Amino acid sequence: MASAHTVVWQRATVIENVALTPAIRRIVFRPEHPVKAPPGSHIDVRVWIDGDDATRSYSIVDAASAGETLAISVFESEASRGGAAVMHALRAGDVVEMTEPLQDFPLRLGAPSYVLLAGGVGITAIAGMAASLAAAGADYRVVYCGRSRAHMAYLTELEGAHGDRLEVHVRDEGTTLDVTDLVSRVDPAGELYMCGPIRLMDAVRRAWVERELSPAQLRFETFGNSGWFQAEPFTVRVPALDVETVVPPSATLLEALELAGVEALFDCRKGECGLCEARVLDVQGVIDHRDVFYSERQRDANSRICVCVSRVCELGQGSGSITLQLS
Amino acid sequence: MQASTANKVLDYPRNAWYVAAWDYEITRKPLARTIAGRPLAMYRTEDGRPVALADACWHRLAPLSMGKVVGKDEIQCPYHGIRYNSAGRCVSMPAQETINPSALVPSFPIIDRYRYAWVWIGDPALADPDTIPDMSQMTDPDWTGDGELIYAPCNYQLVLDNLMDLTHEEFVHSSSIGQEELSESDFVTTHTDTTVKVERWMLDIEPPPFWLKNMRDKFPGFEGRVDRWQIIHFEAPSTIRIDVGVAKAGTGAPQGDRSQGVNGYVMNTISPETDRTCHYFWSFQRNYRLDSQLITTQLRNGVHGVFGEDEAMLKAQQAAIDANPDYEFYSLNIDAGGMWVRRLIERRLAAEGRMPTLGAVGV
Repeated sequence: MASAHTVVWQRATVIENVALTPAIRRIVFRPEHPVKAPPGSHIDVRVWIDGDDATRSYSIVDAASAGETLAISVFESEASRGGAAVMHALRAGDVVEMTEPLQDFPLRLGAPSYVLLAGGVGITAIAGMAASLAAAGADYRVVYCGRSRAHMAYLTELEGAHGDRLEVHVRDEGTTLDVTDLVSRVDPAGELYMCGPIRLMDAVRRAWVERELSPAQLRFETFGNSGWFQAEPFTVRVPALDVETVVPPSATLLEALELAGVEALFDCRKGECGLCEARVLDVQGVIDHRDVFYSERQRDANSRICVCVSRVCELGQGSGSITLQLS
Repeated sequence: MQASTANKVLDYPRNAWYVAAWDYEITRKPLARTIAGRPLAMYRTEDGRPVALADACWHRLAPLSMGKVVGKDEIQCPYHGIRYNSAGRCVSMPAQETINPSALVPSFPIIDRYRYAWVWIGDPALADPDTIPDMSQMTDPDWTGDGELIYAPCNYQLVLDNLMDLTHEEFVHSSSIGQEELSESDFVTTHTDTTVKVERWMLDIEPPPFWLKNMRDKFPGFEGRVDRWQIIHFEAPSTIRIDVGVAKAGTGAPQGDRSQGVNGYVMNTISPETDRTCHYFWSFQRNYRLDSQLITTQLRNGVHGVFGEDEAMLKAQQAAIDANPDYEFYSLNIDAGGMWVRRLIERRLAAEGRMPTLGAVGV
């Protein structure tokens, strides 16, 4: 969508950084050039990790009406690649470089009904949509999943704002979401928006296809940062370029290739466009496909990989490896 | 202090319903038209609903309007075959097994009403169909008529100025509706937050040729003097209905009895295309001899000729504005209606945070 996709960097001042849960912090910024931040939009932030310049994307959870202030929520887990730690350490008054709000996950008003599905910190993108739908008087339901209430950000606020329209599933309480049941209850004319771990989103996509619902009505955004397995180090080889390097848990396969001097093609860097695709010549371990570009059939074939997000995993056995042919 | 000089090139509100097309212009073959700066591809779904999508494919911005309408409500990009539904969601990427979740084109609210398709380019959360301007004489069974679309090479505000002050008729339309009493008669201007009204009566005058013909359509062989009225109704941001007519002099038209006269409604709605071009939709409606297609056609052709004279003037005026960037506008007493229109529009621009600073446009 051309209108909200122009990357404009600016400076923003941190005005608040508070813990919402043991692992999620809410960080509020005052950008130098306020721009309205519609539901579903995100910002890219420039972070320095071990002396290297990197970019991280964060959904906007809420913003002042003209974007004078905007808030994100940042989750730091064992799988984090360093950006979350940098963000968590920000203090009021610190200045960061960030983009104006970018929009790849717009909420469309006018559908007969909506299901908004959030897993964990995915609530960040979903909360703003829920507020908009409530304001518009739409027919909507918010389904929020987490491992325990103490780890679910904004839960109290959402209960207050959405009452019976909020459906909460908590693993530790034995009320884990039954995805097939959820999808079977979806109004075929309605839309489902989701944001959460890839396991959850893959399950919904599979159920969606099985129920033969229109793919256009399943809306999601992923920044390619969650996988089926814990990130672990593995070795990548590109024989044609005589390159061999180790991909640490803190870097993507694409980043490791770039660091090794390989000029690899890419565009979205979040597993959507398929431009970074490499052919798999050999693999030791399993490919953790973290993209949304391949169909299930293509993933299972394991002959190609989106290097911007996907990894190799040997399930704790030691170091896996992959041999690639790049475009 | 607010400057008194009128903006020569006025920006347009985006949070507004604009007519994008006559309803019949939108078909199963895509129509390309730019409204309020946004190029649109418009078509109808299989069940007849109008659709307005941004006229640029998500992929490489090829114009979707060059593509074709397929299935129930989809349009296919003419370049690589990517398909979108009426909500603008991508439903097919021919070269791959999945659909990129970011793939969509903006879809704009669009509604059929009063024989027009009205589109909303601004914030969709504010698109309330109840705020579509009143054009009820277009579909009211007591009225009939027809009109056209003029592509006017000028800022839309120049057309609004033209319609809010009809003293120009004496000079621009001297052979049809113009007469010297227009400049000589008094007028009354009133306004609300969304409307402006200018009312003018010319009592006991000779009817100009256009009105003599209309009187004779209703009262065969009519001769004599008339009371003539022009009541201009503006509704923000750019719709103007002009209640016009004449009645036999002294038969009570100013007091409300129009039975001894003929009444028309000149329906005008102007949709900005760019800051220097606009789409001017007009129709002439009447409430007598409803069954006569001959009169409908004669009136449409007659007004076509009159508005052709306006079009030539507006084009020349815009050219002169652009050729004289260092000269400003001055106002006359007769501009009261047009100046209230500008104020109401400027309020809307300010509410959208887009009121230009002085000197930022038109230079």
